Amino acid sequence: MTYLITQSLNGLFSAALLFLIASGLTLAFGVMKIVNIAHGSFYMLGVYVAYTVVLRTGSLIAGALVAVVVVGVVGFVMQRVFLRRFGAEPLPQMMMTMGFALLFRDLALMIWGGDPFTLQYPAGLRASVEAGDVVFPSYRLFVIAVAALVAAALWLVNEKTLIGARLRATVDDPEMASAIGINVARLSGVVFAAGAALAAFGGVMGGPILGGYAGIDFDLLPLAFVVVIVGGMGSLKGALVGSIVVGMIDNFGKALVPELSYFTLFAPMILVLALKPTGLYGKG
Amino acid sequence: MKRVLIVVLTLAMAVAVLRAQAPTDPIRIGFIVPLSGPFAQNGRDILNGFLLLLDEVGYRAGGRQIQLIVEDDEAIPAQTLTKARKLVESDRVHLMAGTLLASSGYALAPYVDAQQIPMVFPVVSSDDLTQRRRSKWIVRTGWTSSQPNHAFGEYAYRTLGYRTVATIALDYAFGWESVGGFQRTFEAEGGRIVQKTWTPISVHDFAPYLAQIPRDVDAVYALFLGRAALQFMRQYAEYGLKGRVALIGSGTTTDEAVLISMGDEAIGTVTALQYSAALDTPDNRRFTTAFRRRYNKMASYYGESMYTGGKWVLAAIEAVGGRVEDRARLLEALRAAKPTGLPRGPVELDEYGNPIQNIYVRRVDRVNGELQNTVIATIPRVSQFWKFNPTEYLRLPLYSRRVVPAS
Amino acid sequence: MAKGSRRASALRTDWRAGVLGALAIVLVVGPLVLDSYWIGLLTQIVILAILAMSLDILLGYTGLPSLGHAAFFGVAAYAVAVLSTTYRADFWTSVLAGVAMGTASAAAFGLIVAHVRDVYFLMITLALGMVLWGLSYRWIPVTGGDNGISGIPTLEAHAGLPVAGPLAFYYVTLLVCAGCAALMRTLVRSPFGLTLRGIRENEARMRSLGFNTWLHCYLSFVIAGAFASVAGVMWAYYNGFVSPTYLDLTASSELFLMVTLGGPATLVGPLLGAGAIVLLKNVMSAYTARWLLILGIVYIVAILAAPQGIWNLGGRRSAGPERT
Repeated sequence: MTYLITQSLNGLFSAALLFLIASGLTLAFGVMKIVNIAHGSFYMLGVYVAYTVVLRTGSLIAGALVAVVVVGVVGFVMQRVFLRRFGAEPLPQMMMTMGFALLFRDLALMIWGGDPFTLQYPAGLRASVEAGDVVFPSYRLFVIAVAALVAAALWLVNEKTLIGARLRATVDDPEMASAIGINVARLSGVVFAAGAALAAFGGVMGGPILGGYAGIDFDLLPLAFVVVIVGGMGSLKGALVGSIVVGMIDNFGKALVPELSYFTLFAPMILVLALKPTGLYGKG
Repeated sequence: MKRVLIVVLTLAMAVAVLRAQAPTDPIRIGFIVPLSGPFAQNGRDILNGFLLLLDEVGYRAGGRQIQLIVEDDEAIPAQTLTKARKLVESDRVHLMAGTLLASSGYALAPYVDAQQIPMVFPVVSSDDLTQRRRSKWIVRTGWTSSQPNHAFGEYAYRTLGYRTVATIALDYAFGWESVGGFQRTFEAEGGRIVQKTWTPISVHDFAPYLAQIPRDVDAVYALFLGRAALQFMRQYAEYGLKGRVALIGSGTTTDEAVLISMGDEAIGTVTALQYSAALDTPDNRRFTTAFRRRYNKMASYYGESMYTGGKWVLAAIEAVGGRVEDRARLLEALRAAKPTGLPRGPVELDEYGNPIQNIYVRRVDRVNGELQNTVIATIPRVSQFWKFNPTEYLRLPLYSRRVVPAS
Repeated sequence: MAKGSRRASALRTDWRAGVLGALAIVLVVGPLVLDSYWIGLLTQIVILAILAMSLDILLGYTGLPSLGHAAFFGVAAYAVAVLSTTYRADFWTSVLAGVAMGTASAAAFGLIVAHVRDVYFLMITLALGMVLWGLSYRWIPVTGGDNGISGIPTLEAHAGLPVAGPLAFYYVTLLVCAGCAALMRTLVRSPFGLTLRGIRENEARMRSLGFNTWLHCYLSFVIAGAFASVAGVMWAYYNGFVSPTYLDLTASSELFLMVTLGGPATLVGPLLGAGAIVLLKNVMSAYTARWLLILGIVYIVAILAAPQGIWNLGGRRSAGPERT
């Protein structure tokens, strides 16, 4: 029973991080049909920038704020100056993101060196919560709560605000959206930047536990792809459900069948792709 | 504009193809390590140790100038081979050193033997490279994965008093050989490994595995390196195991490269390795001070590895009077060299080309505000075969995931 | 006006002929004057060219972007490794088994992916590539895991050739590449190849014309896998070892870039792409530790300057896959 509770909670923690990473990726695809190979790089830049800020100020919140803003700007510039040139051609855009991924990777090595690090816990969240036999780190519970809040906020924006309506319209039919006066170009830039910022935020949230290290960009990228595929590209709801499904299967899979650790992640993905390629909530 | 791009690219390729060879006067040493990608920092540290030494001797040995040619193998074995080919066939180096990954080591060994060029491996620790698959032309100045763990298994039983241990390690040869070495001697003493957990190399969340570790064992033996060690240490404390179950492991789990980023959760961890930056000898103090002054960070086993390896190279060059063109003699000199003043203490090579050296049992302490691996015990003259007869030892299979030969 | 554009198009055709000519000279005669390291690099380029061209059939001509193509390359290489070392099989057994196993994997996986398109095809091939990579890591008794398998005999020795050495191996490779290229060229110019291009341009229309597009995509996948296997066999002999890095995402991504930078749907483009990337990586890294950064910048600039690939510069009758 203890085992079940701990693993489930951890599945939710994985889901929380996955959601933060994958939501940006799925939005970028939904609006611009971009497969962003540099998305893991945004996560990486987020945790690295936060590291520098935390070293200087000692505050994780400041780190998170600065990281989100900086990476958001990077994402905005990347989309508006470079990616936008190819309009609706996804392949050149994807390849350009590949180039950017290499660039970011070496830049990070140049600026911060390659030694791994972890961020410090925020004050008061260092301890673990104990209820009977179950020991679970309070910080992980915090991350689950924060991710849930972010998900709620995103849903609110998407469903209840004007920009959300514009976003949904553009995902549905970019030509029509443009015809009725939505500035698709600017919206694309904003969405891409928001996705980058979300990934960076995920990086900071994961910072105390996963930390930052050379190679984290490509380590996490397949995870993000799996979630987006399972959930459906372009769907926030899909990202949420997808991250929970993947988080749970991955955790329980690794615990119950460690022999197949590599495959527990990709099995749901291949299943979904073979049966319903657009994912659980994707549009045909 | 687009046509210019074509012309420029073609020209660049042409120039590259036509570039001339370097003159043959200095002693050319080829050095291959990862300098990009996930292992870039480790590779850089290994290189820095060598550069420190070469600086000390003014890039001269045996009466000749030394030219170091460094190549990046990206931690991809096929690239290691390509770069080796460049160094040997194009740059015409006289000897080589380096590489980091076990897979790169195995990939390179047949080539080194075929080309008959001496090569020093300062870090690659795959047991078999100086055992069943040993290469004539490779001299290892580092260690084998099981080497410190043989000594540590006995120490854990006799001195630390542990009787039951659960292991958790990365699921590849480095993990199997380390755990295998520990298990063999620990169980020979009468101890028992109750559970062995193997994590995928790409792991970053240890929760599924930590939840399975029995809380009633005397100690947990952990083998990790790099960022996995950092993450593991953090999460070990997260899940309430710190303070409840003692943590021990092989040296890379608390290597200085990651120790600097760890916090109080690492204090008290006991590990074993052939080096510690906190080793209190004049030779080591001199080395670590110089390393810190130049590179602004604590020396780790990576940094020390090629400083010592470099001493071997220099000693061999001196022994042949600078005549490195005779590769066979250079190889002999490498195998026979007995350099002194090494940061890790006394080292000599066994007939299989692997060091016989001290193994230090270290405990993580905070001294002067910094974490360090305080040396709490020294086990002298440990070879890769522990106390076994080499022929007997080699008759048994290599440590693998399941197989741990009973001694 | 017409005269100007005729001259312009003549110039455009000229530069391609010129480059092809230079390429032929370098490939055929170059190794006679180069040292063994450069011969080795050319050998790498030629082998990877076979692989890149095989992906071009899938990506360039059929419009199916695969991010897991290196997997079949790797399977074939591993088959050669296992057979020639553990089982001490002879040359032809190893080679034929290598190609057979790679093709068989493609045939098996093709069944799952041939109905998928566009970005979903990208994702599912990525996943399948990772699954095969995971297999090469985990199936330790057979694949040696992370360490890989070394000790593959040289091709010359294994095949019992009267000549040996990097030059001999290079010319064998060149012959194999020329053969594969000729076969692939015949394929893409055949009615089958034209159908593939039709599917790339507008699958719905092809279906309405009565073509079995699923079957065509499936066959394209299998054929691409077959040629990739040939490259894998050569690569195993070239390096003398195999490692999981042959099949990982980095390998598949680099391969993808070779095709798209070189110019998809041209066959020559991928060859140039392979050459450019191999040379860039190896030559640059000799001069600077920041070669990865430069490589990333080169990719970005190249895509900006030549989004349809270098060989398709100046507009060509069949540029690469349009908006998907």
